[in-house]
Amino acid sequence: MLTKEQIAQRIAQEVEHGQYINLGIGIPTLVANYIPAHLDVVLQSENGLLGIGPFPKEADVDPDLINAGKQTITMLPGSAIFDSAQSFAMIRGGHVHLTILGAMEVSEHGDIANWKIPGKMVKGMGGAMDLVASAKNIIVAMQHCSKDGHSKLLPTCSLPLTGIRCVKKIVTDLAVLEIDPSGGFVLLERAPGITVEEIKAKTAGRLILRGEIPEMTFD
Amino acid sequence: MILKTVKNAEEAVADISNGAMLMMGGFGLSGIPENCISALLKKEVRDLTIISNNAGVDEFGIGLFLQKRMVRKMISSYVGENDEFERQLLSGELEVELVPQGTLAERIRAGGAGIPAFFTPAGVGTEVAEGKEIREFNGKLYLLETALTADFALVKAWKGDTAGNLIFKGTARNFNPMMATAGKITIAEVEELVPIGTLDPNEVHTPGIYVQRIFQGEKYEKRIEQRTVTA
Repeated sequence: MLTKEQIAQRIAQEVEHGQYINLGIGIPTLVANYIPAHLDVVLQSENGLLGIGPFPKEADVDPDLINAGKQTITMLPGSAIFDSAQSFAMIRGGHVHLTILGAMEVSEHGDIANWKIPGKMVKGMGGAMDLVASAKNIIVAMQHCSKDGHSKLLPTCSLPLTGIRCVKKIVTDLAVLEIDPSGGFVLLERAPGITVEEIKAKTAGRLILRGEIPEMTFD
Repeated sequence: MILKTVKNAEEAVADISNGAMLMMGGFGLSGIPENCISALLKKEVRDLTIISNNAGVDEFGIGLFLQKRMVRKMISSYVGENDEFERQLLSGELEVELVPQGTLAERIRAGGAGIPAFFTPAGVGTEVAEGKEIREFNGKLYLLETALTADFALVKAWKGDTAGNLIFKGTARNFNPMMATAGKITIAEVEELVPIGTLDPNEVHTPGIYVQRIFQGEKYEKRIEQRTVTA
């Protein structure tokens, strides 16, 4: 099983040179640590920044400079600041190439649920609905099963939806999968030491197997 | 030039009364109108409807309004960083309308720009779309969202001049520029108020036409929600 850091590391392999990328809170934020140095990419923060840099040193903390998770950050050279309307204009307008976010459930048609659990305090969707409705490429980072052991890859989502038919790829602690246009999770890679049988047993939605399924490799 | 200066926060918010609809700038605690918040706390106005991306934390920002039960309804994209908010919501004292963040920003922008409604893909197929018109453009579904305006918009800028021109700093800009355009009365508080002719017109983010009142805030605490540092 992959650790959260390894999930982030595997997702970083999906990043391409020249991309503008929005990283969600949690595992997606960790992806920034593994993007190869030779790739030029720009990270977008939906509260109004292109060019997110590392967390600041204590002496450089600026309350007027935070990311969408409200963490203090820095800006890289060439950064740009803008307002929230502009930020979501670039998101809806398709200018952000890749969105990486967490999920509670993903359906075999690429529907995603990640903002609300009935009966629990609802905090809100933040920018997630705008992001999933707009990004050209959406990768989900999540655990394959919930804490109580239920598969999070389902025929249809049981929780309130964040967006429909939008997820392209999913990286879990067990596998890399992509959504088949006709429905189903195509198994692309297994985590080291994890068998196809185990992934099959832990995937409630339709699992599509095409040929030999390789193990993931890490540099 | 038309001068927009008022003496202080108390004077700026003097005519905000019970039941008012307010827009309040800020993302988390960054770029919130701290001095207007303090002045409204003293006034203890009630039954406010507040349009703000977030609802502060228990001890700061809009959370302080909640402690004094001044808010009837919040229109926000992400709330619940405070226990009191949750308590009031569950007990029915507080109403909340959750709006996707980009839709919230655009509804405010539209309100200030004379656009009554617009189509967006955000929320299609979710409960956000319930009761809203859905239309297909170029093979993709969109839902109709309406513009937002408010009785008062309370915004915070870094610098401003006496004509109401504003410059923001860092990600404290966030919702402030759109809200400035969408208030029937827009009150801007700034860290530094300068005479006209001081700001470079090329660098003005919000033109003074949108601002009715401006003052220099007495002090800014700028509390940080998630202080994250590297060694």
